[in-house]
Formats: sequence, structure tokens, C-alpha cells
Amino acid sequence: MKIIVCVKQVPDTNEVKIDPVKGTLIREGVPSILNPDDANALEEALKLKDTYDDVVVDVISMGPPQATYMLRECLAMGADNAYLLSDRAFGGADTCATSTTLAEGIKKIGDYDIIFAGRQAIDGDTAQVGPQVAQRLDIPVVTYVQGFKIENGKAIVNRMMEDGYEEIEVAMPCLLTAVNELNVPRYMSVNGIVTAYEKEIKVWNHDDLQLDPKDCGLNASPTQVFRSFTPPAKGKGEIVSGTEEEVARNLVNKLKEKHII
Amino acid sequence: MAVKVINDKCRGCKLCVKACPFDAITMVGKLAEIQSACTACGVCIEKCPFDAIIREESDEVKDLSAYHGVWVFAEQRENKLMSVVIELLGEGRRLADEIGTELCAVLCGNHVDSLAQELIGYGADKVYIANSPILEKYRTDAYTEVIYDAIVEYKPEIVLLGATHIGRDLGPCLAVKADTGLTADCTRLEIDPEDKKIKQTRPAFGGNLMATIICPNHRPQMSTVRPGVMDKAVFDENRKGEVIPLQVKITEDDVRTKILNIVKTAGEMVSLTDADIIVSGGMGLGSKEGFDKLKELADVLGGTIAASRAAVDAGWIDHSYQVGQTGTTVKPQIYFACGISGAIQHIAGMQNSGLIIAINKDENAPIFEVADYGIVGDLHKMLPAITEAVRKELESK
Ligand SMILES: Cc1cc2nc3c(=O)[nH]c(=O)nc-3n(C[C@H](O)[C@H](O)[C@H](O)COP(=O)(O)OP(=O)(O)OC[C@H]3O[C@@H](n4cnc5c(N)ncnc54)[C@H](O)[C@@H]3O)c2cc1C
Ligand SMILES: Nc1ncnc2c1ncn2[C@@H]1O[C@H](COP(=O)(O)O)[C@@H](O)[C@H]1O
Repeated sequence: MKIIVCVKQVPDTNEVKIDPVKGTLIREGVPSILNPDDANALEEALKLKDTYDDVVVDVISMGPPQATYMLRECLAMGADNAYLLSDRAFGGADTCATSTTLAEGIKKIGDYDIIFAGRQAIDGDTAQVGPQVAQRLDIPVVTYVQGFKIENGKAIVNRMMEDGYEEIEVAMPCLLTAVNELNVPRYMSVNGIVTAYEKEIKVWNHDDLQLDPKDCGLNASPTQVFRSFTPPAKGKGEIVSGTEEEVARNLVNKLKEKHII
Repeated sequence: MAVKVINDKCRGCKLCVKACPFDAITMVGKLAEIQSACTACGVCIEKCPFDAIIREESDEVKDLSAYHGVWVFAEQRENKLMSVVIELLGEGRRLADEIGTELCAVLCGNHVDSLAQELIGYGADKVYIANSPILEKYRTDAYTEVIYDAIVEYKPEIVLLGATHIGRDLGPCLAVKADTGLTADCTRLEIDPEDKKIKQTRPAFGGNLMATIICPNHRPQMSTVRPGVMDKAVFDENRKGEVIPLQVKITEDDVRTKILNIVKTAGEMVSLTDADIIVSGGMGLGSKEGFDKLKELADVLGGTIAASRAAVDAGWIDHSYQVGQTGTTVKPQIYFACGISGAIQHIAGMQNSGLIIAINKDENAPIFEVADYGIVGDLHKMLPAITEAVRKELESK
């Protein structure tokens, strides 16, 4: 069984801060990490490898050359092969163009039974690339997967809903997007780290994927960023302290003023 | 549209390198160079003191005049419209009026005819309706096929979907089939008065940055919109509209997934988006039992409880109660944040509340930056005192 996992290197948005005076992003020193949901996607694939014989787990990413660091991390967690789709022509891609390129890369790897992706990447939070790759490969997709097993050659997944979940049977090959409730990702193993550095990461450009540059990246992106800005900070309000009774009385008066009680 | 450095004008000051949110500019020798990570967001253009960075406009123009009308995906579950649909109709009405076009709803399900009149009452001029047992429950393949066929036939210029677990599954699939763009999780939509195109604003970078997205050369222009952000349409039972049936060409064999079971964990749908008063708690509650104190205050005020992600992750409360970027966006009259530090992802989901009241023992907690009324103190003491005072006040009336 072959499993392909789509992984993305993202800035750790938890570490991104806004300069309170200038209102700009402070990006310095913000580490790049494996997108959190993608770690869950990889973990689910590696769990299959732990359970069954002859499972091969490949990771694929589209991104700049630096993404090899993250791919090595994936290898060190236990992935077998890593592919990086990297080309200036892929730059500036929206989800539509990203999914085209990833789908071509996945076709070139070929012969997959399951593709795992993360539900969403924390830099853009769109949650679109997974289902879009599935559409382009013409395979079924289930998003928001919080539980997964294989039974009689079919995948049985729990799809998280706002008020519970649905148990869904889906034919393979299929694409599943993982949420962080799915599992707890493992750490890299010492052995893994050693072998990760011995492995070659295959890097493919648009020629390797037989993609015309006009069909990739910014050129193939229907959406464009018109402008971006930091959200205006809301002014700080009133701060009170005092005994519980004082604070409570104060608050009740406030709520009365606003006709809430 | 790409961003480009004019080498003659670049002085190598590196301001753009520092400003780029995507780390996409590097110095090659003394000149800035835009790398492939560039998303053309344009932050660097504004930062450059020498006007050395510009946007290259593409000159290709397509004929898009065949596309008319604003469509709203009328998501229903168990024959009930999702409340985000009413919000989308409110917003869609405004957009359609500004463009000078019609507002339509597209409704899929089994025996859902009765919902068509409701959609018309909320402002739809037309309702496209597909009824079939295949469409009874949402399934990606079935809904994508049917709505895609309708898009091809009737050519809407804008399609809006709620950013629910269903809308965020259907939207991307439809966009690929229709070969167009999709902007996720929008919080503001505007019509450009000049070219009547839609400008879609959404948070990026965990809410640290807002981006306005356009889709100039493809139709329909598609967005998913966060539930709870737009104002609801007003119902008018006398409104008239047209109901247009859609053909369902697919068969059960074309649908590659089967729903085996539906499990509800949240008792009933937690309706945070509709709540006027929310009493929300985080790690500061200290335990699952902490929510009892919240519940007491919520009960006297007639509100509902909610939580931060950390409290959800700790297993103290179900995910459906989570407020924030990966939870629900709320806009109540009053939002109590108790023992919540105020991480950007949390604030992203509640900052538009009418009155924000924060209780935190750390006077430097970021939540105080957005609170209208900040209480520095121990919530375990403050909450009961507040509950008591509110109760007394209400009894004296
Ligand atoms: C991709 C991503 C998405 C995320 N999405 C969300 C989201 O949707 N919603 C969300 O909420 N978070 C989200 N988070 C998590 C977020 O970054 C924070 O970790 C989380 O909001 C913190 O929760 P908290 O404030 O309850 O906990 P903490 O940060 O631990 O804060 C607890 C606070 O309680 C105070 N406190 C402690 N004891 C008391 C007491 N006795 N009385 C009064 N105050 C007390 C402390 O001073 C502290 O400020 C997301 C993170 C990531 C990476
Ligand atoms: N450049 C990329 N390379 C590999 N996988 C990606 C890339 N972009 C997105 N993905 C996958 O798609 C998921 C959703 O991403 P997004 O639509 O950007 O929120 C991620 O969690 C990844 O699994």
C-alpha cells in the first residue's frame, strides 16, 4: 500500500507578533515549522505503516528550497521518500494553482492508495488545497477527518461536524484531510534523524512535471491579493480592580447603563 | 498581477525584506529580489521609500458579461436552513443591489420545497432547487455535481457559501470544477463601485494580517463567509419570488462516499452565533468544574457558555463550544472572557462583540487590549460575586 502525505512548511503564526507602534508584522525570529494539521496527516500514515507490512509513506511538498528542512523532519519521523516541487514558476500560487502543481507531482509519484493532507495550513487557513487536489485527481475526498480505519479494502472515517461527527465509508484511492483530533503526532527518532540525512530528497521543477509555466503559480491563480493590512487595534478599555463586591456592583451599573439588565 | 523590483530605483535599504510577511524578498548583491514565496500581497510596495517596487498588471481581459446574479448556497441540515444562510441572504441582498442584479438561492436536499418560500421571504428573487434522495444528506460528489451543472447553465457572477464544515468542503470542489478562484473564510465583502467586482477581505496569518482578495478574470467569483459575521436578512412573508427546479443527472453509483452513521455529541447544535450573551472560559478556570461557575452567570443573564481552544483541548468541554479562528466566530451583545489570555486566534473570533468584559488575574494579559471592561482579579472569587449582584438586581425589578 502506498500513502502520499501533502505537507507544507509554514511560519509559526503563534510566534508572529504585531509591532504595537507601527502596526506591522514582526517576522524576525519566527521559526518555520511543519504545518500542525499535516503532522497529524503524516502520523496517520505512519500508524498504517506500523500496523501493516509493505506500507510505503511518501511526503510531498510544494515550496521554496528551504522546505527540505521540513521534509527531512518528516523523513526522521518515519516517512520513506520525500519530494519537493520547487520552481520560481510555482511562486505566488493561490489554492487553485497549488492544487494543480501538487496533483501533477502526485500523478508522477503514482500508484497511491490514500492521500492524506492537513485540514488547513496555519498561514492561510483556507482548507482548500486538500479537496482541490482530490478534484484534480478525480478521486473522492473526505475533509475534517478525526477518525480513520481500513475495513475490507475501504476506508471508514469519522468526519468532524459542528455538532458531532459522521461515519463515512469511502472507496480507495481517496484523499482525506486530517484535523488535530485525529491523533498525536510522534517525534522524530534518533535513528530516523540519522537515516533522514542519508536520504535524497527529490526536487522537481515545472519541466519534470510537464507543466507549462503559464499553468503554474501566480499565472494560474484566479485570485489575487489586492491589498493587505494589519487589522486596526481596538482601543483599550477601562480597567478596574477592587474587592469582589465593588467590582460586581460596578459591573452591574455598567450593564444597567447599557440596558442589558 | 505580480510584484517586481525596478532595479534602477532600488537602493538596497532592505526595508522591504523586513516588511515582507512571507519572507519572500532576499538581497542579491545590493538589490532586493522577489522570490517564489511571493503572494503579491503588496506590503513591500507601500514600505519602499523609493517607489522601486511595483505591481505588474496583466493585460489579458476576458469577456465575463454572460455572468449575472448573486447566488447563495442554501445549506440545510435535516430540512432546516443553517443560520449562516440567512446572514448570506442579508449580505447577498446588499451586494446584488449595489451591482444592480438579482439575488438567488441554490437549495439541495430531499423534499425541501417548503424551504424555498422561506428563502424568498429572506430576500431571494429566485430559488434554484434540486430535490432527490441522493441529496438528502450532504455528500461532496453529489452536491458538487448538481450545483456545478447549475452554475454552467445559469452563470452566476458571485457565489457565496457559509464557511461551515460543509461549505468549506463543497466550495473548493466547485471552484476547481468551474475553473475559478475561491476566497476562504471572508469577514467582509464589498463591491468596487467602478467595475462592480467583489472585494473579499479575510484574515490571514492567524488573524495577524488582513488580506483583500479579488478574482478579476474568472467567474463566478466565489467566497466562503464565516458564520456569525454578516447581519441577518429580515423576513418578509409577502415577498414574491420564482422557484426553478434543477435537474439531478447523477445516480447513487456516481457518489463515491456512503454515510454509515451520524453521531451527535453536542446534545443539540450549540448556537453560539445566535447568542446575545456569551460567558466564555479558558485555562484560568482550572478544571472542568470551573464551567459550572460560568454556567451560573450565563443562566442568570440568559446567555450561553463558550470556551477557548486550550479549555477544549484539555477535555473540559466539547469542541462545538470553542470560540476563535478554528472555532466559532461570535458577535454577541456581551462577551465575558474569564481566565482567557487573549491569544490572537481567540481574539479573531470574538473581537466584534458589543461589550467585552474580561476577568484575568494577570494585568498584562493581552485580552485586556480588546476588553471594554477589564477586571483584574481571581475569577473564582469575581464570578460568584458578579452572579450574585446580577441576580439581586434582577430580583429587585
Ligand atoms: C492554528 C491555531 C488555531 C487556534 N485556534 C484557536 C481558536 O479558535 N480559539 C482559541 O481560543 N484558541 C485557538 N488557538 C490557541 C491559542 O493560541 C491559545 O493557545 C488559546 O486561546 C489559549 O487559551 P487560554 O486563554 O484559555 O489559555 P492560557 O493562554 O493558558 O491562558 C489562561 C489565562 O487565565 C488566566 N488565569 C489563570 N488563573 C486565573 C484565575 N484564577 N482567575 C483569573 N484569571 C486566571 C491567566 O492569567 C491566563 O491569562 C489556536 C492556536 C493555533 C496554533
Ligand atoms: N505548498 C503545499 N505543499 C504541500 N501541501 C500543501 C501545500 N499547500 C497546502 N498543502 C496541503 O493542503 C492542506 C490545506 O492547506 P490550505 O488550503 O493552504 O489551508 C495543508 O494542510 C497541506 O496538507
